[in-house]
Amino acid sequence: MKQKLLFALAAIVLLLGFFLASRLHTDARQEETRQHTALNQANLLRMHSPTLGPAEASVVIVEFFDPACETCRDFYPFVKELMAAHPGQIRLALRYSPFHEGAGQVVRLLEAARRQNRYWETLETLYASQQNWVQHHSVQLDQVWAALQGTGLDLERARRDMEDPAIAAIIQQDMADARALRVERTPEFFVNGQPMPSFGRQQLRALVQEALRTGGN
Amino acid sequence: MNTAQHGTWNRLFLAWLVAAVSTLGALFFSEVMRLPPCELCWWQRICMFPLMLLLPLGLFPLDPRVVRYTLPLALAGWGFALFHWLLVLGLVPASAQPCRRGIPCGEVGIQWLGFLNLPLMSLLAFSLIIALLASTRQKVSP
Repeated sequence: MKQKLLFALAAIVLLLGFFLASRLHTDARQEETRQHTALNQANLLRMHSPTLGPAEASVVIVEFFDPACETCRDFYPFVKELMAAHPGQIRLALRYSPFHEGAGQVVRLLEAARRQNRYWETLETLYASQQNWVQHHSVQLDQVWAALQGTGLDLERARRDMEDPAIAAIIQQDMADARALRVERTPEFFVNGQPMPSFGRQQLRALVQEALRTGGN
Repeated sequence: MNTAQHGTWNRLFLAWLVAAVSTLGALFFSEVMRLPPCELCWWQRICMFPLMLLLPLGLFPLDPRVVRYTLPLALAGWGFALFHWLLVLGLVPASAQPCRRGIPCGEVGIQWLGFLNLPLMSLLAFSLIIALLASTRQKVSP
């Protein structure tokens, strides 16, 4: 009996200690991230970023993403749903953090498509066919081109535009900003300058609702 | 329960405590602090995590034969920990590293007091568990 009590007590103490330490560590890290983001607001938005939604929207979602990232693909419709649920109130700005091998080329292609006014269509086509052109976390560029065949995008022109140094500069700036904001995983969202406390759909929804309530102030 | 059995129970319990603290510690580093475990860390985890679950089965009711099933795990884990520690110290050549996927095993993520790093803590934990488990074997037979 005494032994069972001893064992149960030890197990409870260990588990409680674990959860308490986790809690303290997570809280400290969240606070640290909040402060760090607050100090680096200049890195959040750039004039060159593609955006969706009205310029006067009170809520701005900044998303750092990688077109080759599965979770980014899964979150894309969710963000569009949030925007549709609050029409005219949310604006989405996309920033690049192509962490997957070869994803930089796909970002260049997206920027080239933007010059043909086919940015969002191309992004959606690429997300829809992502499984075909991402294999073992690395991009198969020929499969990317295959996916865009017959979508109305001028592929010859895109091939030329991709090499424009101006596009490379955009990616470099975004990667530098991602580093400054300590974006290490994708997607990473900031809502009106606030980082997500932890990763998840509910957390993003809560952050957006909070921003809608306070009217962007 | 006689005195010898009490002694055995206490040793198994202590071994479980070491395994439980090690397991929770490892989980804290990877799941809370988000330090990705390297490949050698995983091999040590494979040996350590089951001990936390297996040892209590030998405690209730007391079954000294649990040593038979847990000692091999502890010995294997000890070997991986020793190799890992020597690697971190630079005593094993880098070419012997079985690491992949960009998480170098030779990198010292955390170090306390100037020498206490994770592979050494793992080595100490496995050593303690082995000592406790092995000492029960002599006590069991009259």
